[in-house]
Amino acid sequence: MLGSGAVYTGAAGTLSPCFAGRKPATQGEARPPGRKKGSMETYYHPKDLAKFSELSKGNPQLWDKFMAYYGAVFAEGALTEREKALIALAVAHAVQCPYCIDACTQACLEKGSNLEEMTEAVHVTCAIRGGASLVHGVQMRNVVNQLSM
Amino acid sequence: MGMTLLARGNALASSREQRRRLAATGSCAPFEVKMAAAGLTPLRATGVSVFQINVGKFCNQTCRHCHVDAGPERTEQMSRETAQLCMRALAGTDIATVDITGGAPELNANFRWLVAQARALGRHVMDRCNLSVLLLRPQADLAESLAGHQVEVVASLPYTREAQTDSQRGEGVFGKSLEALRLLNRLGYGVEGSGLTLNLVHNPAGAFLPARQEALEAQFRRELSHLHGIVFNRLYTITNMPISRYLEFLIESGNYEAYMERLANAFNPAAAAAVMCRHTISVGWDGTLYDCDFNQMLDLPVESSAPRHIRDFDAARLHHRRIVMANHCYGCTAGSGSSCGGATA
Repeated sequence: MLGSGAVYTGAAGTLSPCFAGRKPATQGEARPPGRKKGSMETYYHPKDLAKFSELSKGNPQLWDKFMAYYGAVFAEGALTEREKALIALAVAHAVQCPYCIDACTQACLEKGSNLEEMTEAVHVTCAIRGGASLVHGVQMRNVVNQLSM
Repeated sequence: MGMTLLARGNALASSREQRRRLAATGSCAPFEVKMAAAGLTPLRATGVSVFQINVGKFCNQTCRHCHVDAGPERTEQMSRETAQLCMRALAGTDIATVDITGGAPELNANFRWLVAQARALGRHVMDRCNLSVLLLRPQADLAESLAGHQVEVVASLPYTREAQTDSQRGEGVFGKSLEALRLLNRLGYGVEGSGLTLNLVHNPAGAFLPARQEALEAQFRRELSHLHGIVFNRLYTITNMPISRYLEFLIESGNYEAYMERLANAFNPAAAAAVMCRHTISVGWDGTLYDCDFNQMLDLPVESSAPRHIRDFDAARLHHRRIVMANHCYGCTAGSGSSCGGATA
């Protein structure tokens, strides 16, 4: 499931929709010409996605509960696994998590989605985020109205 | 249209080079080690219920994922003599299903003879069809001929959209595929109660695993019906095997190691126990016997103690043969499993 650990989760052969053994993109490890090793330090490193399961070491009980919950959330239900993967992709863009975008993109493809649907999902993110900014214009107008003659 | 590895002089046209690349995979344990850890070695056949005949590598398409490296310039074709040996072997068994593949099997001069002979023996016959072959002018009566013999058509259609289908199978193939599917539907194929079976095959158009078969079948049924008025019986999801032109794609795109790791991480013991090679015998265009069509393309014949050519066919000695395995086998054991009949677990 999450991270690069065991991703097979049951006799039915189901895989979690996101983070399902996703190998980080290797191009992220490339170093531009002329840059010395170590000068590309960053908070986000593609290889770290594979270390996600190490979070279990601090508190295995909470990790296990999260994993069980996570698996249940993404199981087929009133929404299909494919629909949930698209929602996850949109949310991944909203929270701007590169790990999530990496993993959820692959998950969407593996649930039968396509570039057109995934692009529309990202536009949904964009619309809601943009709308959320714009709707705060009401506050701006309230202040203007309060202060103006 | 693209060209075959062979025509391009690509090193991967050699099965030896493919086997070398597969054996050198660094991102996963050797397949046999994984199987041993799951208590599944030695893996043995459990009988033969499917007699699969690959009649050759000639094809009117050059799909990017093809594990056969088939194409218009390939000349390997099963002869009538070898086809006769196949039918002689079949007649001596009670194997229920004959699965004919290629290349485009219909373009072999002996295809219709094989179909007629196998049907006369009372066997169920499957034709692995690329659809566009049904539209070729010299094959104008092919679809009717298949229907007349009640041949099950197993047709390749990777996706319900043009972009994904054409990116894998060649420009214009999606449109031709729809036209051929409508032709088959008109003949009754895929129509409830007709007795004519039309099953579709999905292969992912990229370096990722197929969706869950039932979910994708529902998606295909909905979209093909609503958008194109096309009906079918079942959808089989098949994982792309890291062989031949798909192997080339994986290596050239920088996805090879990650794909192999993805397959290995998704290793499913239930799928591994249910692999199709355990109940299949695969006959090559020259009569050589293999555990499956993938081993055939890697020139990995059945184990040496079993008969290795159709002229020596002996069902009893093949029934419990040890299956020959290598790292490409991860493709059949990932997630819900994969076989010529779709998911296995």
